[in-house]
Amino acid sequence: MSVEEVVSTGAMRAPDAAGRFGRFGGRYLPEALMPAVQAVEAAFREAWADAAFMTEYRRLLATYVGRPTPLTECARLSEALGVRVLLKREDLAHTGSHKINNVLGQALLAKRMGKRKLIAETGAGQHGVATATAAALLDLSCTVYMGQTDVRRQEMNVFRMDLLGAEVVPVTSANGIGTLKEATNAALRAWVNETEDAHYCVGSVMGPHPYPWMVREFQRVIGEEARAQCADRLSTAVPDVVVACIGGGSNAAGTFAGFVDTPARLVGVEAAGGSAVEKGKLGVLHGFMSHFLQDDDSQILEAESISAGLDYPGIGPEHVHLAETGRVQYTSVTDDQAVRALTLVTRTEGILPALESAHALAWVVDAAATGELAAGSTVLVTLSGRGDKDIQQIREHLR
Amino acid sequence: MTVLEHHLRTARADGRRLLIPYVMAGVVPDWLDLVRGAAEAGADAVEIGLPFSDPMLDGPTVQQAAALATRRGGRPRPLLDELAGLDLDVPLVVMTYANVALTLTPSHGVGGFLDHLAAVGVQGVIVPDLPLEESSEYLARAAEASVAAVLLAAPACGDDRCREIARASSGFVYCMSSMRTTGERNALATTARENARRLKGMTELPVVTGFGISTVEHAVEACVDADGVVVGSAFMRMLVDGAPVAEVVDAVAAFRRALSSVGG
Ligand SMILES: Cc1ncc(COP(=O)(O)O)c(C=O)c1O
Repeated sequence: MSVEEVVSTGAMRAPDAAGRFGRFGGRYLPEALMPAVQAVEAAFREAWADAAFMTEYRRLLATYVGRPTPLTECARLSEALGVRVLLKREDLAHTGSHKINNVLGQALLAKRMGKRKLIAETGAGQHGVATATAAALLDLSCTVYMGQTDVRRQEMNVFRMDLLGAEVVPVTSANGIGTLKEATNAALRAWVNETEDAHYCVGSVMGPHPYPWMVREFQRVIGEEARAQCADRLSTAVPDVVVACIGGGSNAAGTFAGFVDTPARLVGVEAAGGSAVEKGKLGVLHGFMSHFLQDDDSQILEAESISAGLDYPGIGPEHVHLAETGRVQYTSVTDDQAVRALTLVTRTEGILPALESAHALAWVVDAAATGELAAGSTVLVTLSGRGDKDIQQIREHLR
Repeated sequence: MTVLEHHLRTARADGRRLLIPYVMAGVVPDWLDLVRGAAEAGADAVEIGLPFSDPMLDGPTVQQAAALATRRGGRPRPLLDELAGLDLDVPLVVMTYANVALTLTPSHGVGGFLDHLAAVGVQGVIVPDLPLEESSEYLARAAEASVAAVLLAAPACGDDRCREIARASSGFVYCMSSMRTTGERNALATTARENARRLKGMTELPVVTGFGISTVEHAVEACVDADGVVVGSAFMRMLVDGAPVAEVVDAVAAFRRALSSVGG
């Protein structure tokens, strides 16, 4: 059996040899980085087929991350909305979000490749915290690049990374802006300078091949667990609708991977100010071809969202492909909608979602109100992270 | 043979070491005077950068130069059109990133971009984030448009890959001095000469070393093995710091004099 057959089933298959999902993806990199990404691809293919690697990865997911994460039935929220809502609780994973699933996989891979250091970009800081955590656990050094704007609005996570022993490098572009896009530029540049020693631990299903594929495979555990939990819990075995928020698209890709071959309707929710599927144009950034927010002069624009983790002008290549084939529906919600949904879920369920995850919930709240979601239908929402990091932001927004 | 290759080979045959200064288009209002002045000061070709919002392979200096150009309202297409009026004796080589190359003419893709380059009199092109695997259409369209597509070879590339890069490149082969982004450096990387020597053994094309060539001494040292050098950040740093164009032209002349003393 080939590696592809082992790791991927259904519509979300491995990309082609050039790393493409349909037209999207690929490997748009300077030659200086080609040997490094080729090495990552070779190492991943080997590790993913190696029983010892898988055993170690699964052991960490179980004993360190706390997987499987629960599937929570939301009685009061369901009653309020008139649809049955189930939450896949990635907020309960160690470090507070799904990011750790991917990071542990890549950190083990880095060890296997003999690297001594992890480089990461971060928006909300969740991926940075997860990477700093894995680095501490596996005795790797760690440098996290974070946009200056995000350093300010995610202060707590900056401090957490610091405590964990990571170096956080605030990034501003020469144009003075600093969010996830600039952090990713800085991380890529840093990698050019240190390919020998460092592994670039990309935080979402983006970047050059093999990252979009590899990160999806490391996040697939979300969808596979949820699928099994739904089969256990639901008389229909599969929910009617599966919803996840999208920054680069990793929690969504991992979630959808578990349901792509079922009749479930799949919905990805972007931030209105960063909606690459709806408003983006075909382009190339950070090593891959996808849809990006850009002007008529080929300059990439900054996304704008209350949620640092969704503040990315592009989207993972496989998502644009899934949009083109029609298998997944992509939509977006505003800051206001997200905060309203966050408040509702906090008050009815006692669960404080991350602002990112609140976008997925907001779509459910609205779709239930408009009737786009039929009364009584069953909806699985991936709660990608917990909202503790966002308290300050939420407070300011509500003032 | 492309015009660019012919021009550089002729210079090399005269025993000359090649000097290719880099100028970010639009970085200062009189940037075209710098292009002209560099040509007159003895450049063998001029590399023209087009500003892009996310220059992945560029260090702080070129990033700042791009931001200056952008802030002044410089956009890739109108900047290219400004080149059309120049009538220079040396070839121009445009450097930009894949997103610009693929979307400058949205309905015509990379072919439209290359045709546009040809139309404004550009003879060569460098797109550093189009590696071999993503280059087949780009290379074919460049050949059709008679624009020399220059490929970069990095020190970490294996010999087989380097040989392939050298075979697919036109105009010259761009020898990356080190595994670094662009920017000024204190010393020439040890990999610079090794990489140039390796490439020289693989191709008849001129081999030109770039990235981090910051002083005339670096240039002279690199040219022990390479046929020439690209000098970018050192000149752009002067402009970013407010030096007038005339001073940068003098600096280009100083590189020329130093290289002529080695190369004859
Ligand atoms: C909690 C949470 N959810 C979602 C995201 C968005 O990333 P992705 O789309 O890759 O899941 C982030 C990113 O920082 C996050 O922290």
